[in-house]
Amino acid sequence: MAVSPAARRRAAERGLNPFELIGTGADGAVTLADVDRAVAPVPRVAPTPATTPAVRAGFDPALMRQAIATAMARSKREIPHYYLASTIDFHAAQAWLDAYNAPREPADRLLPAVLLLKACARALAEVPQLNGFFDQGAFRAGPGIHIGWAIALRGGGLVAPALHDADRQPLPELMQALRGLVQRARAGGLRSSELSDPTVTVTNVGERGAESVLGVIYPPQVAILGFGRILQRPWVVAGQVLPRPLVTATLAADHRVSDGHLGGLLLAAVDRALQDPQAL
Amino acid sequence: MNEAQIRQLAAEVLAGIAPEAALSRVPDTKDLREALDLDSMDFMNFVIGLAERTGLKIPEADTGRLVTMQGLIAYLVR
Repeated sequence: MAVSPAARRRAAERGLNPFELIGTGADGAVTLADVDRAVAPVPRVAPTPATTPAVRAGFDPALMRQAIATAMARSKREIPHYYLASTIDFHAAQAWLDAYNAPREPADRLLPAVLLLKACARALAEVPQLNGFFDQGAFRAGPGIHIGWAIALRGGGLVAPALHDADRQPLPELMQALRGLVQRARAGGLRSSELSDPTVTVTNVGERGAESVLGVIYPPQVAILGFGRILQRPWVVAGQVLPRPLVTATLAADHRVSDGHLGGLLLAAVDRALQDPQAL
Repeated sequence: MNEAQIRQLAAEVLAGIAPEAALSRVPDTKDLREALDLDSMDFMNFVIGLAERTGLKIPEADTGRLVTMQGLIAYLVR
C-alpha cells in the first residue's frame, strides 16, 4: 500500500501507523487528508505547569493509546509470532562497564542499556534476515540497522524511535544519542524520521522491571528483542556455582519470514557480543 | 551548601527530568528512584545535573549514596 511522504510525516507526528489507515488516493494510497481524517485535531499546547497532569506538546495520551492499540491489534491478528529466550551472563559486560565508568564524569558514563543495544545491533548485522519489514508477502531488508528503542512515557504510553545505524556508532556516541532520544521522546520533540525509520525494535525493562519481556512485533517490522532486569543469580562457571549478573534476552519474530533456528542464531550472536564488551 | 539549598537544588534538577515529580512529598529515607519512578537514565541525568550545578566530582561509586534525600543531604552538606 502506498503512503504519500506528507501523510507519512503527519502520521508519525500523531503517533499513528499510516499503513493502518484507509487510503482514498490513487490506487488506495493514503494521503495527507486521510491522516487528518483519522485523527481528531490535536492542539499543540505548551507544556503545562507541574501541578496539572502531564500533557506533552503534540502528544495526546488518549490518541497514543489508540495508536498503540491499533498497531498491536494488527500485529497479533496478522503476525504469527514465535518466541525464544536465552539467559546471558552479564559479568564480563558489567566488569568492563564498571572499569570504564570509574574514572569518568557522570555525563561521560555508560549505562548497561547501551551495551545491550549495541550487542543487538552487532548481532543483527550478522543475522540481517531479522532486520527489516514484511512487505507484500515477503521479507524486505532494512536500509540500515535502525533500532527502535522502546521508551516508556511518563503518564502512560510508549514510543520506539530509531537510533540510526546503531551497529556503526561507537558506544559513547550511542550513549549520547540514546540520552537525547529519551529526553526528546519525553518532551514530545521527536523527529518524524525517528518515528518512521526503525527496522527492528528493542525493549529493555530496566533496573526495576520484570525478569523477562516477550515483545509484540511492531508491524511491518519482523522482530523485537527484549531484555529483562539484570539480576544476581547463581550460575555455573567452569564447574563452580558463582553469583553472576544475568539477563534474560528474548526474541519475538515473524514466522512468515524466519524460523526459530535463525532466531536462535541471533540470540547467540547477542550473547557472544556481550562476552567481548571491549569490542563493542 | 546547607540543607535548604540542597533540597532546592534537588527539586530544580528533578524538575528538568520528571516535571510532575513531587519531591516534597517523598520521605527523606525513601529511594527516590522508586518513589518518583525514575529509571536508570533519569537517575543518571539527576547525577549529571547535581555534578554540573555543584561543580563536584561525583565518582560512580558514590552514586548509590544519592538515591535518598537523606543520603543526598549527607553527601552535599558542608
